[in-house]
Amino acid sequence: MATEAATLAEQIISHAAGKRVYPGDLVIVPVDRCMTHDSLTPEVIDALHQDLGVEHIFDPSRVVVVMDHVAPASSVATANAQVKVRQWVAQEGIEHFYQVGKGICHQVMIEEGLVQPGQIALGTDSHATAYGAVCAFGTGVGTRDMALTLATGRTWFRVPETICIQVKGRFPELVSAKDLSLHLCGLLGMDGATYKAIEFHGLDWLPLDERITLCSMTTELGAKAGLIPPSEKEAPPWLGVHPGASYERTITVDLTNLVPLIAVPHQVDQVQPVAEVEGVPVDQVFLGTCTNGRLSDLRAAARLLKGKHIAKGVRMLVIPASHRVLKQAAADGTLSILLEAGATIGTPGCGPCIGRHMGVLGAGEVCLSTGNRNFRGRMGSPEARIYLGSPETAAATALTGHITDPRKI
Amino acid sequence: MARIWLFGANIDTDQILPGRYAPYMTSESALRQYPFIEARPEFASTVAPGDIIVAGANFGCGSSREYAPRALKLVGIAAIIAPSFARIFYRNALNLGLPLFEADLTSVLQDGQKVTLDISEPSLTLLDGKKIPLPSPPEWVRRTWEEGGLLAYYRRHRRLPLEERP
Ligand code: SF4
Repeated sequence: MATEAATLAEQIISHAAGKRVYPGDLVIVPVDRCMTHDSLTPEVIDALHQDLGVEHIFDPSRVVVVMDHVAPASSVATANAQVKVRQWVAQEGIEHFYQVGKGICHQVMIEEGLVQPGQIALGTDSHATAYGAVCAFGTGVGTRDMALTLATGRTWFRVPETICIQVKGRFPELVSAKDLSLHLCGLLGMDGATYKAIEFHGLDWLPLDERITLCSMTTELGAKAGLIPPSEKEAPPWLGVHPGASYERTITVDLTNLVPLIAVPHQVDQVQPVAEVEGVPVDQVFLGTCTNGRLSDLRAAARLLKGKHIAKGVRMLVIPASHRVLKQAAADGTLSILLEAGATIGTPGCGPCIGRHMGVLGAGEVCLSTGNRNFRGRMGSPEARIYLGSPETAAATALTGHITDPRKI
Repeated sequence: MARIWLFGANIDTDQILPGRYAPYMTSESALRQYPFIEARPEFASTVAPGDIIVAGANFGCGSSREYAPRALKLVGIAAIIAPSFARIFYRNALNLGLPLFEADLTSVLQDGQKVTLDISEPSLTLLDGKKIPLPSPPEWVRRTWEEGGLLAYYRRHRRLPLEERP
């Protein structure tokens, strides 16, 4: 479609709109995939029926429903809400329905191949930007937005400007994609990319697991989408990096200089080298979430924990991002290393990331989480403190009982 | 007269409405009790219909939870004025018909100050008669507000405001 140089976001939206679009244009485009999860689907159903007066959804085959946010149910209220979701899924004939324990919605979308390069996908969860790991334009929406798209099959966008992150070099030992994400949060701030897309260049070598980490974390910069160019064999012929595409700005990051980083309470852009925060005692270490709950994350932690035991007084929760990750970690011995070290394992899903179950924090507690948000009250008590770090930093911290630079283990 | 509720920058949805108080965890009818329950406990009990929130940049960042703007709409917030909004919050507010204006008034207005809001020719009028203009939204956004949000618009017209009549 685009005959002149365009950014990845412009290419995908232009393709969907059937015409070349430019940053700032308002367009209405068909949506390839809609993802909703247990927590918000009941509201989506109500909005469809009550606000829109629409009885049935536009196309059930484009819809994915995942039970992950509070799954298994934590109370009668959540269980009742889930009954409602299951009934609706059956009524509408939604085939892409994933039960409790299948995994975190975004992980399932990518693992099951439900999003493909060049597609447009909406999720009722802000980290739908994760789909940019396979070069799909994924973005989060609220429940009424989702209802409108389920009713019509389309949505509106303001075509975003794109910020290019040009990456050079490779990660030093014990530094990983999460550290790069935290570096960008510190550099750009929480609204550094609001309404914009982020495009990563120079990462052809980066495995999918870590691509997902990077793209999902672009949400913390306010981005509408975070995209990594696809390999030629995966991409539709019209999608790829165009030399000469116009970026709002380009930021170069040399990975060789990166150190383990940590976001301190209560904002994800309050970023410091782990080495400068060392010594803060922690009560809970949480390894999981759509940011860092994949096999490579579990393995990175296991490498540091092998043959050792976590510190007395610390609890370490490991919640694999999906059933598949859990199975693989069981098969390759990663799980037993983590268990031997004293960690415990939870049902694949979101875990305590949003403070609703399976590891909610009490007043005065400190948690080192591999998740993406450390807002006050995010994981429970507003008096709790959340630090965000990489799986490596999480493992090192679990071993000592206080925040620790993994390079010192 | 509307009261100004002044907030800082980066007000996230966990501050507006903590996840633990989601209608899903509590009940729909209780939603109006919870906006800013921890960040500003007096808010929900003293806010009056027509009041206005004035905040710093990136208002509504964080989770996609729509019950955050919904709770603000429920208690009668007439408009939110901030230099920038998180994009999902912006969309949610449009869907609900909650007017947002992009302007930085945090250093001009004070918490508790009384003003009059004019939505049709967007401006605030202060007690001394001074008028502060607000940026005019695109025409389709204004129409969407008038009709009570994007969903109400669609329900009535069976098309989106940007779409030509089929
Ligand atoms: S793991 Fe956390 S951030 Fe990811 S989808 Fe679940 S609740 Fe959202």
